[in-house]
Amino acid sequence: MSGIAGLSRWVHLDWVLVVVAGWLTIGGLGVLALRRLGWVSKVLFPAGGVFALLLFGVAFGAMFSTPEVAVLPLGLPGLPFHLRLDPLAAFFLMVIGAASAGVSAFAAGYFRKGEGTPPGLLCLEYHVFLASMVLVVLADDAYAFMVVWETMALSSFFLVIANHRIAEIRQAGYLYLLVAHIGAIGILLCFGVLQANTGDYTFANMRAQHLSPFWASVAFLLALFGFGAKAGIVPLHVWLPEAHPAAPSPVSALMSGVMLKTAIYGLLRVTFDLLPAQFWWWGVLLLALGLASALVGVVFAAIQVDMKRLLAYSSIENIGLVFAGIGLAVLFAAFGMKLMAALALTAALYHVASHAFFKSLLFVGTGAVLHATGQRSLGKLGGLIRYMPWVAWLTLVGALASAGLPPLGGFVSEWLLLQSFLFTPGLPSSFLNMLIPVVAALIALVSALSGYTMVKFFGVIFLGQPREENLAQAHRAGPWERAGMVWLALGCVALGLLPVQFIQLIDPVTRQLVAAGLGNVVAASGWLLVPVALERASYGPVIFLLGLAASFALAFMIVRLLYHGRLRRAAPWDCGFPWQNARMQDTAEGFGMPIRQIFEPFFRMQRELPSPFDLEPHYRVVVGDHFWHWLYLPVAAAVEQVSRLIGKLQQGRIAVYLLYSFLTLVGVLILVMR
Amino acid sequence: MSILGVISQLLEIVIALSLAPLLIGWVNQWRAWLQNRSAPGLLQPYRVLHKLFNKESVVAERASPLFRGAPYIVFSCMLLASAIIPTLSTDLPLSPAADAIALVGLFALARVFISLAAMDVGTAFGSMGARREMLIGFLAEPALLMVLFSASLIPKSTSLTTIVETLAHRDLAIYPSLAFAGVAFTMISLAENARIPIDNPTTHLELTMIHEALILEYSGRHLALLEWAASLKLFAYSCLGISLFFPWGVAEAHAPLALMLALPTLLFKLAIGGVLLALLETASAKMRIFRVPEYLGTAFMLAVIGVLVHILLGV
Amino acid sequence: MSHFAAQLINLFAAVILMLAFAMISQRRILSLIHLYTMQGAALVAATAVVGYVTHQPHLYVSAGLTFLLKVVLIPLLLHRMIERLDVRWDVEALINVPTTMLIGIVLVIFAFNLALPISRLSASIAGGTLGIALACVLLSFLMMIIRSKAVPQVIGFLSMENGLFFAATSATYGMPMVVELGIALDVLVGILILGVFMFQIRERFDSLDIRHLEKLKES
Repeated sequence: MSGIAGLSRWVHLDWVLVVVAGWLTIGGLGVLALRRLGWVSKVLFPAGGVFALLLFGVAFGAMFSTPEVAVLPLGLPGLPFHLRLDPLAAFFLMVIGAASAGVSAFAAGYFRKGEGTPPGLLCLEYHVFLASMVLVVLADDAYAFMVVWETMALSSFFLVIANHRIAEIRQAGYLYLLVAHIGAIGILLCFGVLQANTGDYTFANMRAQHLSPFWASVAFLLALFGFGAKAGIVPLHVWLPEAHPAAPSPVSALMSGVMLKTAIYGLLRVTFDLLPAQFWWWGVLLLALGLASALVGVVFAAIQVDMKRLLAYSSIENIGLVFAGIGLAVLFAAFGMKLMAALALTAALYHVASHAFFKSLLFVGTGAVLHATGQRSLGKLGGLIRYMPWVAWLTLVGALASAGLPPLGGFVSEWLLLQSFLFTPGLPSSFLNMLIPVVAALIALVSALSGYTMVKFFGVIFLGQPREENLAQAHRAGPWERAGMVWLALGCVALGLLPVQFIQLIDPVTRQLVAAGLGNVVAASGWLLVPVALERASYGPVIFLLGLAASFALAFMIVRLLYHGRLRRAAPWDCGFPWQNARMQDTAEGFGMPIRQIFEPFFRMQRELPSPFDLEPHYRVVVGDHFWHWLYLPVAAAVEQVSRLIGKLQQGRIAVYLLYSFLTLVGVLILVMR
Repeated sequence: MSILGVISQLLEIVIALSLAPLLIGWVNQWRAWLQNRSAPGLLQPYRVLHKLFNKESVVAERASPLFRGAPYIVFSCMLLASAIIPTLSTDLPLSPAADAIALVGLFALARVFISLAAMDVGTAFGSMGARREMLIGFLAEPALLMVLFSASLIPKSTSLTTIVETLAHRDLAIYPSLAFAGVAFTMISLAENARIPIDNPTTHLELTMIHEALILEYSGRHLALLEWAASLKLFAYSCLGISLFFPWGVAEAHAPLALMLALPTLLFKLAIGGVLLALLETASAKMRIFRVPEYLGTAFMLAVIGVLVHILLGV
Repeated sequence: MSHFAAQLINLFAAVILMLAFAMISQRRILSLIHLYTMQGAALVAATAVVGYVTHQPHLYVSAGLTFLLKVVLIPLLLHRMIERLDVRWDVEALINVPTTMLIGIVLVIFAFNLALPISRLSASIAGGTLGIALACVLLSFLMMIIRSKAVPQVIGFLSMENGLFFAATSATYGMPMVVELGIALDVLVGILILGVFMFQIRERFDSLDIRHLEKLKES
């Protein structure tokens, strides 16, 4: 790292390390001002946001320059941290920087006293979390990677249990930590396989190794297991719907929007960068797992009654779509179709970026609602568009982007993904050729269901009549909260309207990973997004939006010109029953009921139905996940059995323990004698 | 972008706006004749629109700006959809902006906004209508996407103008994949346009309504715009079906004479389509709401089989 | 002309597959019989076209036999049977319709993939439709498995035979005449026996629900 005096000779990596140091300093200052809420929230968090914006800018510059490496003398002697900033890392740094800037701004207005953890400590944990995510993306050897990966898991664990006085939140945190560590074991073993007995754990060494197909597949499967556990792929997804709602909303936004992306980064790094070649069945496996996660995620999201759990399941769905895109890219790369692989990979990375923005926006929107009303359950909300207009309209942008509707960001990534599916009839294997259209159909189904979910989410919370009396006292969002939400909404809109520019940004990444990119093709067509050729497919979001806006304006003006614009307010239609109240609107359960009925095999439902003889009839239905009963509870029972067996060793008598020591001594002596 | 292209684009928009209510009137005429009663007249939808525009708009007291803006948004979506479907000519300047997938997204956008507007007023009917509409939508949208996929496999393109051009230039051929796609498309159009056997467009019993429940609260100019948008949607779907499965007669670029011929051809095809729609409606009965997912599931599967048959047979 | 004929055969194949799919999702037994009749008609047309193009007159005879049997005689028998048994509707199938459709799609993909290398080697004009015929057979088998009343199972069996016949026509221009006549006779006798069987079931259990047959177990 060049000296501080030579500021002009600093490379991008140096500036990124400045950002990391800045965040750690802010965290330290937060500990010093442990309980001073005002200072923490109004000075420290916005400062963190500013550093995030700096990170975004630096990473943007780093995208188009050569990869930079650095060696930090941290860590153990003989095992320093290796860091590397190449286009893949730069892309994820941009996502982290931009999304966390908005979330930090929101957090400045969000945190308040009485959370269980003092605000200063929260500030430390938050900024350590951000710093460790940046270092995960930069790490260039396995040791550094595992250290910062663990730091990331631990800091997020402490953030999840910020309200540690509530038992459920503590349990959610423990489950999260457990699955995170199981995944970490997978990743560690993967790195062990990749270094192929040379003892050198740097990534540069791993790239130079030529593993046999068997060991390469073992490494891939371990990486899939480890990073999949962190990303929330079925069947390792059960921690996500517990942990994300339990955390405070800005933390949920960061976890869903940014932390899941580090797992995607890890998978991309191992599959495309560290492993020399890819096999087609890896791609099929990724596709299958991604599709299963997407379907399970969206079907569960459609029936939830807790708004944050709904968004957590929706995250599982979106990560599943990203995995499906990566799987397709691996499939194409294995058959040597590089341009198609670049198309699929571009679609996956675009979805990574747009998901970061719209999921963070949705989570901070629910945070504002929670802040104002104290309610998390959809059955107690409603009609908030009148009392919180800014939050409502900005969350609408997030909901429309999440549903994959044009002209916002979610649609572009879906469009690119569907385009890459269309080209699959060129694959050599006929079985794969026939399977791919079915997969495309399922992806279309998933995106239609996500539209259903978002209509339910937005409609039940913000539209209609308030379902509780005290909702009328919901206060509006503060200036910091609004600023954060506006930044994230602008991100969604920009990703939707400027796809050509963003694809040119993604171009260096795909060139690094699959040796092909869409940048040249796309740049030739200006405002239109043309991934392959003009006759094949094109999409012009700006023209699209202008067309809609023009017809809107024309219709409005012409109607007023030719006729009139008179309006009268009156009571709504009641069909002759004037005693309608707010409880007669559709509940969240009611809105999700068709999905429950159609997709019944997915759920494990326990119903309590009233009988005609009940004095106080009530109806209860609890919807659970099959995976708990198929996978987790049996494994937990097995672990308990084994521990009970091993526990038999603990007899409690001193003579027995002395016997153990004696036997061990005798055993060691025998071994030494040989 | 030539002058002829701009003219054909504007002509398509104008034709769509003016002929859509006439198509509804034509279908109603035939339904009345088939059911042995006298029809209200071919131009009745125009009179209805005029009447509605003249009335003042009555809005619920607690409706938000979303409720008042949704009719304009839905109308704009349907207008843009009719503008990009090549009905008269394939030389449309707006068509590179939106291909087949974006068309499906456009319909989805309109559906989401009308459902949100229905939930806005907070009555039981609005939310029930929103739920049912999204139920139909979540199956019809992927089925429509698959139909467009199977249509796009032959010309290897999702741009609607390229599809129509390629299919029109091929020799008169029977493509089995298009046969499957055609059957699926008919089933989907019936569902999306709120026709029997999915929904009765003339019902006034609230519990049987799907599309009507969404627009129950609207009146005056808002209702006029929504009715017009509904007729534009039927027009767009008919034109989409005609241009995908019977594309002969559509004008190409640089062919002003063909443009003159394209209009009567379109009118002829739409007239036949309207009669078929009236026949289908009269011959079937409305099905229970929970049979609708099975119906749409069948359409979805037929569309997927169409794609698979194409890969198998190569045609 | 032969190019047009090949397309016509492909179209009839598609119609047969569509009807097989429609039969899976259909509940009314009368509609099932109508669908089976239409399937038979499409089969007759396809056989006639193949016979016309390849100038093999024995295919005309076979088409005529099929018409007589599958479009006239067997539907007549089935109509009379259901009138006397007084069944109109099927109860809910063992698995719901969306799952059935999904399994159907998987079977179709399997059948298509199986047939692809064979159809490339085949020299017949309708070689590409072998996969479709195989898919029809598998789908009809599926229909037999998931139905819970006796009459739809019988129709599934008949439709399976349709698929086999179409496979034979498309791959090898039909079977030897002796084999065809034998199969036709077998099918007819089979229908009569199944009819008697159904009356017996109805007498014993007062219903045609085949799940009652499980009561015949020992314990």
